[in-house]
Formats: sequence, structure tokens, C-alpha cells
Amino acid sequence: MQNSAIIKTENLSKTYPLGLTALKALDTVNLSVATGEFLGFIGPSGSGKTTLLNIIGCLDAPTSGSAKVLGQPVESLSHKEAARLRMNRIGFIFQTFNLLPVYTVFENVEFPLLLLGMDAERRRGHVMDALQWVGLADRADSKPAQLSGGECQRVAIARAIVKKPELVLADEPTANLDAKNSHHIMQTMVQLNKELKTTFVFATHDEKVMAYLNRKIVLADGRIVKDEAGGQKSNVRDQKP
Amino acid sequence: MLTLKLALRNIVGAGIRTWLNVVALSLSFVIIIFMQGLYNGMNDQVERATIDALYGGGQYWQKLYDPYDPLSLTDAHAVVPANIESLMTNNEATPILIRQATIYPEGHFRSILLKGIDPNQHVLTLPSFLLNEHRNLKGDGSIPALIGTRMAKSVGLQKGDEITVQWRDVHGTFDARDMKIVEVMKTPVQEIDNDQIWISLDRIQELTSMPGQATMVVLKQKVKDQKSEATFKNVPGWNFKNLEFLLADIHALVKQKTIGASILYTILLFLALLAIFDTQVLSIFRRKKEIGTLMALGMTRAKIIRLFTIEGAFHAFLAAIVAALYGIPLLVYIARTGIALPASYDTMGYAFGEKLLPAYSAGLMIGTTLLVLLSTTVVSFLPTRRIARLKPTDALRGRLS
Repeated sequence: MQNSAIIKTENLSKTYPLGLTALKALDTVNLSVATGEFLGFIGPSGSGKTTLLNIIGCLDAPTSGSAKVLGQPVESLSHKEAARLRMNRIGFIFQTFNLLPVYTVFENVEFPLLLLGMDAERRRGHVMDALQWVGLADRADSKPAQLSGGECQRVAIARAIVKKPELVLADEPTANLDAKNSHHIMQTMVQLNKELKTTFVFATHDEKVMAYLNRKIVLADGRIVKDEAGGQKSNVRDQKP
Repeated sequence: MLTLKLALRNIVGAGIRTWLNVVALSLSFVIIIFMQGLYNGMNDQVERATIDALYGGGQYWQKLYDPYDPLSLTDAHAVVPANIESLMTNNEATPILIRQATIYPEGHFRSILLKGIDPNQHVLTLPSFLLNEHRNLKGDGSIPALIGTRMAKSVGLQKGDEITVQWRDVHGTFDARDMKIVEVMKTPVQEIDNDQIWISLDRIQELTSMPGQATMVVLKQKVKDQKSEATFKNVPGWNFKNLEFLLADIHALVKQKTIGASILYTILLFLALLAIFDTQVLSIFRRKKEIGTLMALGMTRAKIIRLFTIEGAFHAFLAAIVAALYGIPLLVYIARTGIALPASYDTMGYAFGEKLLPAYSAGLMIGTTLLVLLSTTVVSFLPTRRIARLKPTDALRGRLS
């Protein structure tokens, strides 16, 4: 059964000024992502996958075209509206974990809930639940510097999912991890996708991640060149050559 | 409230970095207050010592007396009027007769002021009683005289030495006598020391043929405090000079030194603020990825700016607490024991005494603390404006746009 679109882009383009010329990072991208999908943007460096992820995450705005995320038009959101959308409904996982170094594991995971103004008791329950999901409940009082790379990324996942967002965006989440940790991380996210029905969107060129995706959108030079679903190639939108 | 909580969490979490900043800033607090206290103490001390030793509660000057015109001394003498004399009788005022005189230390000519004061007076702290103790000198009838340490040093005299003093009497006739230095007094007030010889009032009146006459009459401080300003009007032939007038030179000097102190104050404050500014700039540079993360997690730029500004202000707040913890006992100790001064300070034209006693007022403490807190907050805010221009994507990449 086809769910409603959580992400929809139409003729989405992003150009960065580069001296006297311009770099087209995204070129008329048309895309629709349904709720609960577990998909990835795949492609080499410079293909535009992070740019696309940033626009979907309301961290950047398109140069032309439109992007509708969780029903909100990204191109017309103010800084405050974009921040509110991210705070309430989107979770982020970064390649370099981006944990707040002076905070403990608990405080890092608690942070999004603090921003939401949740009371202390509920916060504690949610944080411990999230840490249980990623198997780090016993490291709640540790600082990020005391954790391994895999553990740090699991904390970042816990932080991303603690507020039970509708959409989680993960930019190269396994790039700094070894194979064992990569699989562990991906298995955790697959499980969360199934249990919480959260939509996961990855930007990756890691084969290990690709193996877990149920939809792979291949990007090259800012354009979607392939859109494979369920391990089988689906029709790729006819884009201009 | 959330920003406050996060700021506190951040600066506590930063550990040693926070405490290094706090300790450095607290040093600025303590040094600024100490330096200002030192200046305040110096000024109080100079004023108090000069009042005690010379100005009393104000002075009546014979109308021709001008301390800046030595030639005026020839005629600046008169019999003390009855209404002022009544104060003298009650020990509430003491007359001083001043004459120009000449001494010849080691064969050199030197012009000095010969001053006569009642040895029994209790108006000034000048140790005139020593003249009384040596009133009946044996031998050739030398006159007991008192000089200060500066005078003793500059003319090479010491206790027990005799020196010939020459002066003109009321008729302009030259006269000369030997005077015996019965004591070399140590005083912080140069105005009663440099180029001056003190003898008893009755002797100078006798030697100059000016019985009952004086150049000035100094009022006791208590008397001046108890009676209103209007009581001390000018009387015929005598002008009343209140403390405001007498201390004008000292106040001018203090004002001049206060400008110097303000410059020092400003430099210290500037250094403290520079430390905070530097910390903030470095902090924003070092934490740009963190800023990007905060943005990604849903914090607005305004909230992040507030967070960083409060963090900076918290440094100053903690510094004030730390400064109070070690600064108050230290400053109180220094204020009680004073700072011993080397002898060379005597030549600075300031009546310091042997010790400097800093004076810290509540206004100084509170004012300095508020000023540092306020300026620290402003300085903490300035670098954070950069965050307002920061793109989340650049911040996440660790770039400053």
C-alpha cells in the first residue's frame, strides 16, 4: 500500500556561486518519498546527495524549483520556521557524529527534548528508552570522548530518534565506522524504521549501507540517474540530458 | 531559562578552560578594585595627614599673607583679633607666625621660613611639645628648634646640631641667633618640613619684636565641625580660609592622578574584556560545528547568540564570585596592614606616610563588579553577531561563512 509523500521535490535545483562561474549541485530533481521508507541517495562525492539531504532537512534552500517536506515548502520557510520544523519533526545523524563534547551521553540525547520544553521526568524516560534502543543505557553518564566511534554514532542515533521524529536524515552515518559497527548501526536503524515507522533517508556511498536500503536513488552530477526500489530497478524519471 | 540552563551546562562542562578564564578575569576584578582602593586610600591619607598636621579645621590668614608670594611675609603679621583670640584661649585654635629667614649650612646661603608655634598647642599633630621639653637649653642660650627629616637631609643637619639663623625684625633690622635642633620630626606632610624651622611662638615674637602677633591662626578640626560655616566669617584684617580652599591644590593633584588612575583602570578593564572577547571569538571558531549541530537540532540563531552571550556573561559572574572568595580576604588584609613604602616615596610631593592604606568603598566594589559584568556581557555579545550570518550547512562543515 502506498503511503502519503513525506518528501516531494519538483524541478529542484541548487547552484553555488564559484568565482565568476556557478556550480550546479542539483539539477531539476524530481522526487517523492513516502512515509516509512528506508531509502538512500547514492553517488560519488560531488554528486549532490548531501545538498539534497540538506534541502530536505531545511538546512539549505533551493535556488529554483520546490521541495515540500512534511507538508512544508522549504523554499519559503523563514529561519525560525525551518528551525521549528527541524526541532519538532526531523532528526539528523551526521558522518562525524556531531555530539556536544561537554555533555554526557544522557545530556546529548536529552538535548532535543530540552528544546521541545518537555518536563524532566518525561525527558528522562524518553532518553533512557532511546538509549535502550541503541544499547547504550549503561553509558548514560559517559562523555563522548570516552566512547568508541560506533558508540558515538549510536548516541547520535538515539539523539535523532529520541523525540520520535517523522523523518530521520543520515549523512554518511557509517563513513567513520568499521564494518562490524556499520552493520550494527544499520541494523539498529532498520529496527527503528520498523518499530517507529520513521522514514529514514541516507546519503551514502558505502556498500554496507546500500545493502540495507529498500530504495536506492542514484545521483550523478546533481541529477537522479537511477531509482531502484525493493532491490529492483524502478522507472527513472525522464530528466533532461 | 533553557538558554540559561544550557549556558551553565556548557561552561561547567568546559571544565579547566572555563576556570582558567574565570581565574584570569577574577584577577582583573581584584586588581582593578585594589588599584582603585589604593588611589582612594592614598588620597584619603594625603588629605587626612595634611589636615591633621597643617590645615586643621580651616585657617585665618592675616590679610596680606600669600603663601605663593614670599615677599608678602614681610608685612603679613598682625595682632590676633579678640574674637579669634577667644578660640585660642579655649585651645580651639593656635596661631603661627611666619618670617623669612636665612641659614648658612656648610657655608652656603639658604632661604627658609622661620615659623613660630605654641609648644602647648593641641590643634595640629605637629610635635611642638618637643620645643617645650628643651625650653631651658644650657650653654650659650641657643634657641630650641624643630625641623623635619627632609629639611635635615637637604641641609645636612641632625638632632643636636646648631645652626645660625638670620632674620629681619618688625623694623627691618637684621638679627641672628644660633638655634639648636632638638628633634628631627618625621612627617609625611612636606609643607611643614621643607625649608622650614619651627621654634616656639613666644620666642619668635620676642626675636622679631612682634608680641601677640601671628601670620595665621589654625582652627581645631572639632571646632570647625561643631560650628556652622557662617560662624567663621572674615574679621577685619583677617581672611578665613576653609578646608575646601586649603585643599584645592591637593584636590587638583588628586584629580590629575585620578586621570592617571582612570587610564590604568581602563587598561585593566580593557585587558579583561579582551580576554573575554578573545575567548568568545575562539569559542565561536572552535565550536562552529557545534553551532551547526545546534541549528540542525532546531535552535534558532537568536537562541544560539543568546546562549553564547550568556556563557560569556557567566564567566564574569563566576569570576566575581571567585574574586570575592580570595579577593575580599586579601584586600581586607592589605587594607589593615597597609603597604610599606620605601623612603624614596617621600620625594613625590605626596603626604603618603610610611604605609599606604588602601580604602575600598562599597560603591567601588559594586560599581566595578557591575561595570565588569555589563561590559563583559556586551563584549560577549559582539563576536556572536557572526553567528547571525552563519549558514547551518557551512557551520556543520566547520566553515565560517
